[in-house]
Amino acid sequence: MSPTELKIIANRIRRRDLRAVYEAGAGHIGGEMSVADILTALFFDVLNVDPDDPQKPDRDRLVLSKGHTALALYVVLSERGFIPKEEISTFLKPYSRLNGHPDRNKVPGVETNTGPLGHGLPVAVGMAKAARLSNAAWHTYVVTGDGEMQEGSNWEAIMAAAQFKLDNLTLIIDHNRIQQGARLADTNNLAPLAPKLEAFGWTAEDIDGHDMKAICTALAPEAVVTGKPRCVVAHTNKGQGVSFMTDKVAWHHKVPDAEQFRQGMAELETEAAIREDV
Amino acid sequence: MNIPESGSLHDCRDAFTSTLETLAAQNDDIVAVCNDSVGSSKLGRFRDKWPERLINVGIAEQNLVGVGAGLANGGKLPFVCAAACFLTGRALEQIKADVAYSNTNVKLCGISSGMAYGELGPTHHSTEDFAWIRALPNVVVVAPADRIETAAATEWAASFTGPVFLRLSRVGVPDIFSDGHRFEPGRANLLRQGTDLTLIANGTLTHRALSAASILAEKGIEARVLNMATVRPIDRASIASAASETGAIVTCEEHTIYGGLGSAVAEVVVETAPVPMKRLGVPGIFAPTGSANFLLDEFGMSPRGIAESAAELIKNKA
Repeated sequence: MSPTELKIIANRIRRRDLRAVYEAGAGHIGGEMSVADILTALFFDVLNVDPDDPQKPDRDRLVLSKGHTALALYVVLSERGFIPKEEISTFLKPYSRLNGHPDRNKVPGVETNTGPLGHGLPVAVGMAKAARLSNAAWHTYVVTGDGEMQEGSNWEAIMAAAQFKLDNLTLIIDHNRIQQGARLADTNNLAPLAPKLEAFGWTAEDIDGHDMKAICTALAPEAVVTGKPRCVVAHTNKGQGVSFMTDKVAWHHKVPDAEQFRQGMAELETEAAIREDV
Repeated sequence: MNIPESGSLHDCRDAFTSTLETLAAQNDDIVAVCNDSVGSSKLGRFRDKWPERLINVGIAEQNLVGVGAGLANGGKLPFVCAAACFLTGRALEQIKADVAYSNTNVKLCGISSGMAYGELGPTHHSTEDFAWIRALPNVVVVAPADRIETAAATEWAASFTGPVFLRLSRVGVPDIFSDGHRFEPGRANLLRQGTDLTLIANGTLTHRALSAASILAEKGIEARVLNMATVRPIDRASIASAASETGAIVTCEEHTIYGGLGSAVAEVVVETAPVPMKRLGVPGIFAPTGSANFLLDEFGMSPRGIAESAAELIKNKA
């Protein structure tokens, strides 16, 4: 799929996400906007997955470790045909399977239940190790937040992945520079991330996490270095696509009011019109 | 203490690992995952036979359990082995989210549970794990009483699809079951019939409860003895009949009395047939220095201590 086509889909996903947060009165809009392009590229270009057979043994695995942005994943899954599009309107409603954090036992396309931070990468290491033991060709991708990299469990997994030489594992860090309560730089500043991964024996590459061509190139199977797990530090913006949310700490999980919703949708629709014109 | 001579005592880890090796020889998907605990988990022979199937994540318990969940997702059958204190304490949230809530086919094997590390002190005691793990949906919690039940429970765990916590000890115990014993999850074993009261135990306490019943019999008190290896799901029917038919219950466990086997039994008793109970276990303190057997005696769980608690309790019977 071309970068332009992917951008059009990502824009549609951002609009549906924003509407769902507005209607549900909750969500993690900032991080959902920052990760939207990464998830779109994965599900529409990179991953070998089949909505009609979501459990097929040789599927690629995608772990969304930043589980609080589940809504972005749900919208992507609905656009890709894993769940009905109309189901997004049930987000957070009583007994909806679209919980605030993803549940693999209820939602096809979800591989492991995340929510507490620092869980996805260790599980992804186990997945990649399983593929290696079975001489299977499928690849494991895991998306973490950058604040989440403060969890020690991630560094346990980073050590193990290098030791196991898991070149069938790709970690994508959604590096939007903002965690729940403050900027990374004002909390535990892990930046720059790439040299730290390299010091642990990984390959690491910095990319623009909103540039579809850059994302798809970085995540392509042929970009793997034999014997090394791969990290892609995706430089993103929290709230990407909506001007007044962009790069603002307050929009980690703030809910837009009616006027903000209208303005946000207008901006995204303008972007959509321009893209579809191209 | 009148437990049998040491010659007839067995370290259940040996039964666990030799069963695991037998199963692994038949099933290529079985892998062992450990945290630098090849020796203490007795996985040396497994590693020699299948070096690539022994996955050592280093001293990193959170990663240990996460990796186990990922291996299960990738079609493997992981037996995740670590000292019970670190496995359950350090990685509790991974057990909750990655194993229990995700409902992954992971076998958590807590080695050297209870006070097996005796003199190493309370940091190394695992006397809260029943409480922590039985609070989690989906996980079957099992503490076998001897090497035969350990082998049978290990075999069952491999055949069952879903999370299991196998709570194993290294403290020697005599044989209680006969060869060919089949493990049934959630079913207590009636080891001795009796009508005056019931002793309920598991793990390293079952043989002590049996000895206590012999002491009580000499005094003309007939104690029923139930081995209750499965703490979740608990055998409600056996507990309810024990309460209604014998009128008093003593529980014995190598675990704090808060939240473990005794609590699980008491929950059923109060809801079905309230009768006098005594919960024996670690009495809500960090244990002083001493071996596991010494500490069990100290906490009133020598066979004589259990018998004394039982004789005292039945005075309160209706």
